[in-house]
Amino acid sequence: MSTIKMPALSPTMTVGTISKWLVSEGDEVVSGDILAEIETDKATMELEAIDDGEVSEILVQAGVQNISVGTPIIVIGNENNSEKISNVVKQVQSGNEKIETVNSDKITISVREALRDAMAEEMRLDEDIFIMGEEVAEYQGAYKVTQGLLEEFGEKRVIDTPITEQGFAGLGVGAAFGGLKPIIEFMTFNFSMQAIDQIINSAAKTLYMSGGQMGCPIVFRGPNGAASRVAAQHSQCFASWYAHCPGLKVVSPWSASDAKGLLKASIRDPNPVIFLENELLYGEKFEIDNENEIVPIGVGNIVSEGNDVTVVAFSIMVGKALNATKKLAENGISVEVIDLRTIKPLDIDLIIESVKKTNRLVICEEGFPFSGIGSEIIAQVQEYAFDWLDAPIKRVTGQDVPLPYAENLEKLALPQEEDIVNAVLHILNEVK
Amino acid sequence: MVNSTKKNLKVKRKKTGRSVKGSYTNLPGKEELIELYKQMLLIRRFEEKAGQLYGMGSIGGFCHLYIGQEAVVVGMQSVSIDGDSVITSYRDHGHMLACGMDPKGVMAELTGRESGYSKGKGGSMHMFSKEKNFFGGHGIVGAQVPIGVGLAFSHNYKQDGFVCMTYLGDGAVNQGQVYESFNMSALWKLPVVFVIENNKYGMGTSVTRASAGKSLAERGKAYGIPGLEVDGMNIFSVRDAGKKALDYARKGKGPFILEMKTYRYRGHSMSDPAKYRTRSEVDAVRQQKDCIENLKEILQEQKITDDHLKKIDSEIKSNVSVASDFALDSSLPDKKELLTDIYI
Ligand SMILES: Cc1ncc(C[n+]2csc(CCOP(=O)(O)OP(=O)(O)O)c2C)c(N)n1
Ligand SMILES: [Mg+2]
Repeated sequence: MSTIKMPALSPTMTVGTISKWLVSEGDEVVSGDILAEIETDKATMELEAIDDGEVSEILVQAGVQNISVGTPIIVIGNENNSEKISNVVKQVQSGNEKIETVNSDKITISVREALRDAMAEEMRLDEDIFIMGEEVAEYQGAYKVTQGLLEEFGEKRVIDTPITEQGFAGLGVGAAFGGLKPIIEFMTFNFSMQAIDQIINSAAKTLYMSGGQMGCPIVFRGPNGAASRVAAQHSQCFASWYAHCPGLKVVSPWSASDAKGLLKASIRDPNPVIFLENELLYGEKFEIDNENEIVPIGVGNIVSEGNDVTVVAFSIMVGKALNATKKLAENGISVEVIDLRTIKPLDIDLIIESVKKTNRLVICEEGFPFSGIGSEIIAQVQEYAFDWLDAPIKRVTGQDVPLPYAENLEKLALPQEEDIVNAVLHILNEVK
Repeated sequence: MVNSTKKNLKVKRKKTGRSVKGSYTNLPGKEELIELYKQMLLIRRFEEKAGQLYGMGSIGGFCHLYIGQEAVVVGMQSVSIDGDSVITSYRDHGHMLACGMDPKGVMAELTGRESGYSKGKGGSMHMFSKEKNFFGGHGIVGAQVPIGVGLAFSHNYKQDGFVCMTYLGDGAVNQGQVYESFNMSALWKLPVVFVIENNKYGMGTSVTRASAGKSLAERGKAYGIPGLEVDGMNIFSVRDAGKKALDYARKGKGPFILEMKTYRYRGHSMSDPAKYRTRSEVDAVRQQKDCIENLKEILQEQKITDDHLKKIDSEIKSNVSVASDFALDSSLPDKKELLTDIYI
């Protein structure tokens, strides 16, 4: 006798939809039988029975959207209070249905779709572009970023590799020397450490070492930074690692239109580009103005104008900075938020201009503080805008520790909205 | 005493059509058979519970279950000696239990609690027990392999007579550092047994789509490392091969490769849509080759009563419940743990 609840079927799943029940009330099931197909944020998954028994009640019908994880969905065996459970579920459902509203005028796409569209559009234009990586083809991408590409471009251009990062990163470099334009996907950037020698010693330096003969038009892309409790070896920001090295461009967008426009620019760029995505942003939807826009590498963007403090951020930290800005606005504090979009080359002019207006600067990044992107920006700002600063520059970063697994510690280790709010308040008080 | 009946078991099972193939020596005595059964069952039930707790949100992040592969680690561990070291990848819960680590501490780590083996800081993929010679728990595919060779190097250096069992997957076997490891361990005759757990898939990629060559057991050929293909669903084949390999390494002859043909029943991790294989493929292995069911039938042949088996089952279920209650009742780690254990 057990009530089965909507399970969490991926690290990032909060709601799911039952696309199909494979059992009906009255059926006998044994452990291992498939009860239902459930659509998660990433894929359609099968839900298995854990115990034997008779299906006594199906509490949520197939097709009901966005059922929260933890909501009872089916009762196996007899349960006396199942009527009560059905009522609870009905309430939950009617509460949830209202959430589904989409703004109909503008095109809204997810970052995941934006990235896929960028690759597909460029691949249609240029036969020399191919994509290679683990699970990019048949599986449609471990995070579904390459969904549909195998079908459209075939296995010559969408290639599943063995788990051999150093091998296929190096192969990509060779193919670029040979005149092709590889997009190399790392399942996550954590695994690029296996390949970092090829990226730095071969991809980044060869143009220089060959006296300008041999460029390397390649994109290394994939999710970067923390995801959701995947712990130390799978949660690290590599922005400052790659930005450190001459010869590489480093891009890290936040919004869907920037993801698309910058990925297109990166593919067209004749240099090796490190394209840092974020798993938690993949499912996030953004309105897109001009679908075909190419966003140039090296140009930052003011995503919110303000006068009191400049907050610089990139990737997932931009969203957090904007939320912090809203809270600060309630206290009458006006924050200017700059989305770097590209880490290297750094749009230092944009930052300096803003600092000359606000005279105060907070820099946010998810990565470790030591020798981080923030450190570099601070160095340049004090060099070029020292006299305009009214307060010491403050950084909001990840803690200088490997990322812990425990929920409470992970939250403490990563920079949160609150930390940005506090940092801004702190440097404003500094001048009083 | 071991029961040295040389037996060629090829029993056709009427009801299930299951058959235990393969000849083996040293069918252990009843007591040991029951012990093996208990250990495999403990892993199975533990993993089922972990799957449930994941669904309830008590376990987060990645969680890779070992269900289906139990015979490999239980078999290997049963022919090793105290002091032999073990290292593996992120699919590590079974290895930890087989090494004698406490299910309570493992479950507490899975749920990120202070009473977990890594104080909640490591999680499912990163757990260690120096006391039990279990050296992790590694999240980066293939990275544990040279580390295993390093453990073997230390056994050799100290001449302590122990061997390192280094586990890796069929996917991991294509990482370059595996071959660097093969070469060094063969060159210096280090006491290491490479146990390749070939469960047919590395995530969604089948071995045939990822690996050139016929056999993973032969991957050490160029370095002169002997290799065996083993039915990893049959604990007796695992034990026979394990003895041979461990003996070889322990005698100072160098590394040995065992390719365990096994199968994982569940998804790669919890978020695996499993479109790369059919349901019937999974069901067929489950019904015909399940390591636990096979051993259960042998126990029944040995006149172990159904009541006895049921008692074992409920004992193990309750052990697992105790572990999960212990985990869920434990506190989250203290805030100050965030900044500890970075340097000594
Ligand atoms: C270097 C590296 N690349 C990729 C991954 C992502 N990844 C995790 S497990 C896995 C598949 C490994 O398959 P296999 O070695 O067969 O082990 P199994 O999961 O079957 O036990 C992949 C690609 C990783 N963790 N590390
Ligand atoms: Mg495998």
